[in-house]
Amino acid sequence: MTTAAAMPTHSRPLLLGTVLIAVSLLLLALGIGVGSTGWSGVVQAMDDPVALQIVWEIRLPRTVGAWGAGALLALAGAVAQGLFRNPLADPYLLGSASGASLGVAVSLALFGVSPMATHWIVRLGLTTAAFAGAVGAVFLTLLLARGVQHTLRLLLSGVVVGVVLGACSSLVMLMVPDVMQSMQAFLLGSTGFVGWSSCVLMLGIWAVCMAMAWWLSPVLDGLALGEATAHSLGLPLAQMRIALVAVLALATGTAVAQTGLIAFVGLAAPHLVRSAVKVTHARLVLLSCLMGGTLLMAADLLARWLIAPQELPVGVLTAVLGGGYLLWLMHKGSGSSLGGRGT
Amino acid sequence: MSTTGNGTSQPVALRAQALHASLGGRAVLHDIHLDIAQGQWTSILGPNGAGKSTLLKALAGVLRCSGQVHLLGQPIHTIPNRQRAQQLAWLGQNEASADDLTVWDVVMLGRLPHQAWLAPPDDQDRAAVERSLRYTQAWDWRARALGQLSGGERQRVLLARALAVEAKVLLMDEPLANLDPPHQADWLCVVEALLAHGTTVVSVLHEITIALNANQLVVMRDGRVTHHGAAAAPDTHRAVCAAFDNRIAIHPLNGQWVALPHIPDRAPHAN
Repeated sequence: MTTAAAMPTHSRPLLLGTVLIAVSLLLLALGIGVGSTGWSGVVQAMDDPVALQIVWEIRLPRTVGAWGAGALLALAGAVAQGLFRNPLADPYLLGSASGASLGVAVSLALFGVSPMATHWIVRLGLTTAAFAGAVGAVFLTLLLARGVQHTLRLLLSGVVVGVVLGACSSLVMLMVPDVMQSMQAFLLGSTGFVGWSSCVLMLGIWAVCMAMAWWLSPVLDGLALGEATAHSLGLPLAQMRIALVAVLALATGTAVAQTGLIAFVGLAAPHLVRSAVKVTHARLVLLSCLMGGTLLMAADLLARWLIAPQELPVGVLTAVLGGGYLLWLMHKGSGSSLGGRGT
Repeated sequence: MSTTGNGTSQPVALRAQALHASLGGRAVLHDIHLDIAQGQWTSILGPNGAGKSTLLKALAGVLRCSGQVHLLGQPIHTIPNRQRAQQLAWLGQNEASADDLTVWDVVMLGRLPHQAWLAPPDDQDRAAVERSLRYTQAWDWRARALGQLSGGERQRVLLARALAVEAKVLLMDEPLANLDPPHQADWLCVVEALLAHGTTVVSVLHEITIALNANQLVVMRDGRVTHHGAAAAPDTHRAVCAAFDNRIAIHPLNGQWVALPHIPDRAPHAN
């Protein structure tokens, strides 16, 4: 055998990436057509300004926005799973999504804005509040779990933080009933109020987070070999861990501020990628984003189409589908990555 | 003094001075003074809970503890991370969870200290990875995921990862875990090859018979170094037996030393 044959081939990851992009484009085309007026709206869009407005102002941004939110959540999930060396880590299970939604609830109650607002200053403000909430929740979870080593303790702390912060959000809603209506839609998770300003914000922050995750990815690879080994490889763990938590919180906060609570995309997307290809974290995070975007776009289409002309909140749909997937992962048994260490 | 090893002529790879460490409020290392000779294989022996792994972690600079550790003459916490990582490689015990990385990618991580950040591996890196994988007979699995390997196979890949660093000092905690006898013998060959290249090897071992092949033995008990001396010396053997409550005995056999359980009721064979 020669050195030329040494490197495992990189064609499979490339193939997966191409397929995911192709499916995304296909779903985007479908997304333009699915809605109360169906495909006829698209056909008429050429000469009917109302039909054009429906396609351009509603269907297109929400479909693109679904991709953006899915990509952000998957990025957060992939980073969390690598950082905490825990295959169950997910923006939800770490409490960060609940923290982000509390941030949104508080800012809605204080400033009386609507989560459907499309002005970019409002979107930016909501995103900042969600980011702060997400950071606070992750640190609270880590504090309760006393570090990241103990899987069960980490997950339990995440659940506890999630429940407590969720209760705080409910309290805010009770005290300021005006926000109840808008929070309702938000808590169910929906892409229905995503406009172009949300899309631009999500895609822009996704690009920033992706670049940072790519840059920090050697730390995730090193951590997979254990903390002592990562340290022995000369990686500056302390600083880079903080940077990774910031990336995770920024991605979660941004997605939650635009689309509300959408569960399980962040957990499922990296798992699906890992079951298809074995790659280092730089590529894993990128492929997870493509996977998450595709998943949420598909779920959004399904939510619009299943009980048309009514529509399901997409968060309800992903919770049902994702919950089933999680159960299946747990039942797959010892051979799965959920079983922890192999052998 | 026995704890300073065999005199002053040998250059020192690792020096520990007044090391104290505690884990969870319990003192695990008490006032350790130790010089590890350069270019030699030093093995740390002792019963469970003697503090062997903690000492090794302290020597690697992985564990924060009071006292000083010098690596090749420099205080280890003042050496820049990258430079330290090039000089000292570490093979830990039961810490990897890299099930979803390929064997090739895992071993390539050992080249991280030599690569510019995010730079793709060059020919030298690839050659080092191939050499390490061939050394530990793990080359054939290079495209497989770590999670698909058995415990012993996995251990050989992780050893290759540590070898790929090509550091001057290599610290190994329980490197023989899960290895079957042929691969334990192979591990001895790897260590001998490393010594021939001038590498300093420090290992924590439970297999006393294997450890007796080392140049130097450090015997530990209750967080203290009770003896440090040449592995073949009779007083070292006495110290090893004493550390294990004299429940073992060390015998010569075919030019090697073997440690066997010592059962007082049975009459010893006349040798």
